[in-house]
Amino acid sequence: MPWTRKHLITLEELSLTEIEQIHTTAAAFKKVLLSGVRKLPALRGKTVVNLFLEPSTRTRMAFDMAAKRLSADVISFDAASSSTTKGETLRDTAQNIEALNADMIVIRHAASGSPLYLSKILGIPVINAGDGAHEHPTQGLLDTFTMKEHLGPLKGHKIVILGDILFSRVARSNIYALTKMGADVTLVGPSTLVPHGFTELGVKVSHDLKSALADAEVVMLLRIQHERQASSHFPSLGEYTSMFGLNKTRASWLNPKAIIMHPGPINRGVEIDSELADGERSVILEQVTNGIAVRMAALYLCSGGQPENATATD
Amino acid sequence: MPSLWISNARVIDPASGRDEVGNLYIDDGKIVSSLSAAAKKRAKKIDARGLIACPGLVDIHVHFREPGQTHKETIATGSQAAAAGGFTSVVCMPNTSPVADTAGTIQYINDAIRRDAVVKIYPTGCITVGMKGQALAPIGSLKRAGVVAITDDGECVQNNELMRRAAEYAKMFDLPVMDHCQDASMTQGAVMNEGIMSIRLGLRGWPNAAEDVIVSRNVILSTYTGAHIHMQHVSSKNSVEILRRAKSRGVNVTAEATPHHIALTDAKLANYDPNFKMNPPLRTEADRQEIIAGLRDGTLDCISTDHAPHTDYEKDKEFDFAPNGILGLETSLAITLQVLVRENKFKLAYVIDLMTRKPADIVKLEAGTLTEGAAGDVCLFDPDEEWVYNSKKGFSKSSNSPWHGETLKGLVKTTIVDGRIVYVGGKIK
Repeated sequence: MPWTRKHLITLEELSLTEIEQIHTTAAAFKKVLLSGVRKLPALRGKTVVNLFLEPSTRTRMAFDMAAKRLSADVISFDAASSSTTKGETLRDTAQNIEALNADMIVIRHAASGSPLYLSKILGIPVINAGDGAHEHPTQGLLDTFTMKEHLGPLKGHKIVILGDILFSRVARSNIYALTKMGADVTLVGPSTLVPHGFTELGVKVSHDLKSALADAEVVMLLRIQHERQASSHFPSLGEYTSMFGLNKTRASWLNPKAIIMHPGPINRGVEIDSELADGERSVILEQVTNGIAVRMAALYLCSGGQPENATATD
Repeated sequence: MPSLWISNARVIDPASGRDEVGNLYIDDGKIVSSLSAAAKKRAKKIDARGLIACPGLVDIHVHFREPGQTHKETIATGSQAAAAGGFTSVVCMPNTSPVADTAGTIQYINDAIRRDAVVKIYPTGCITVGMKGQALAPIGSLKRAGVVAITDDGECVQNNELMRRAAEYAKMFDLPVMDHCQDASMTQGAVMNEGIMSIRLGLRGWPNAAEDVIVSRNVILSTYTGAHIHMQHVSSKNSVEILRRAKSRGVNVTAEATPHHIALTDAKLANYDPNFKMNPPLRTEADRQEIIAGLRDGTLDCISTDHAPHTDYEKDKEFDFAPNGILGLETSLAITLQVLVRENKFKLAYVIDLMTRKPADIVKLEAGTLTEGAAGDVCLFDPDEEWVYNSKKGFSKSSNSPWHGETLKGLVKTTIVDGRIVYVGGKIK
């Protein structure tokens, strides 16, 4: 099947086939990069604008790197250095970028729905690099790509996402990808951050860490933010750690082959013991590396490229 | 001013129980039971065959933005939108700039009304100084200046002691206290209903419990003080139930519902369209159904629009940053007829009551009836005519409507204020 999407806004709207097409394309790019090739000509002459209106380290560097690996020219645009601080609207900012003849926009924004909004007013492809608590599709794609590398096809595999689900775009994108891939997904954390309503997305919700972790093959941790304490979502970081932090004892409840994931940035000693983050089951840095190949695939496909047919990772 | 002789209309006046095809006469600005033969000869005749003639509609919740936000709406444009929607009496909210918390500002508004309005407009004043919820506004002076109610609409009074004193004090002047029921501590940063849709969209949710808490508080304070507290734009099903029980005990509370809360749910937010963003937010189907049930059994007293104009450039933003509110006046009748009469089989006369006499009674307006001697305020409409609503071409200065481009059924043909035709055939006279 040919790839027909111009924008990558959500994983909710992607079909399983499309998710797999991105994965196989990413696998092909990863293979080429591993063979020592530093640059592919796919986007030569094209300009990708990274419009990051919210702070980001990993995602922005990975998009930057991915675009450069594809030979695109890259312009990065910070909220702090732009006219958005002077009150320019998102529409005006985006239309100016398009008027500068950019070929693609990658947007990170604190307001949910803003990539969709841009995709409706701009003629060029829009890639969502994280919008509010809504979605972070390339993160969901790189996470599932990494899981597949370790577990093979994810159908029936037990996967736990642990932490601040309510405010997490990473959780949402993973939920959509994983449920489409047939994984058995359980969300875990305090009831204030993991409301029961999430079960309507086809996942389980649990507040009992032990039973949830039992025999899980993946545990994905999400960053716990200090602000949630101020907003009464839990009493203290200390209590969070004592109830839900992943430590050695709790990690022993997992399947012996289980991997530990985290989209970063990590709060060492809060949601995860430092030792585990650096331990042999941790694939946290693999996630970062895979993020480049997956973002290359997203940029390539949305700019008109066609997916690889190979099923290297399937 | 010539007398008016409206013939062949189905005249519906819920206040008097009249519902018949016949004549309606207006003389010297007032409804009369007949005209002399000589007066009939001179009268302006309107053949209203196929139309309903009802009291001019009454809306006790509109925002006309004057003074201070006249780029969104003015008393002139707002009153024209009202006339086009069949409304002859509207009550405007005090969250202008400056807010209407002094007699001077009320006088300014009343001057503008006298100068510019084509329908009757009644101002409200703030409950608290600056609408800040900290100190009582000069409610007695506001009353003397002509307000028909006090409200901090948009900013619910959070302090229970202050609300208690406001209710007790306003009771002395026989002024209803209208409250926008929202516990602010529970809705920090919230932009939509809390539920599966807010989970899906990753937007901050405002639980209906935050409305229920304040509705309960107001029931308790009304019970304690005897003061009349009116709940604005009820959106939560549990609030309807709380009010139902309170009313069965005779508590002096009233409540309104908006056309959008009876017609739409938060499922409409799937595309983050800010024209579906208002406060309180669209809620679930269960809430919508209970609001309709509340209107049916009288728990909710009336329909009011919360007509809230914002310019395109203000609304055209990321959902989080777009202001709350939508237009309502030009679509209210068509939407209400659709939802209540056609979909939920309410009697037409009852729905007209919800839009005329009942809201007028809440703020004690001399309006909402066609009985002899009443003001000659009439709405003539065709309940079955279909029309396409183009909000960009409406009379409001703004166009922020979720119904833009939709085909609606039920069209206002003529609006008459004190015996004078102010709107006919799509034009303001």
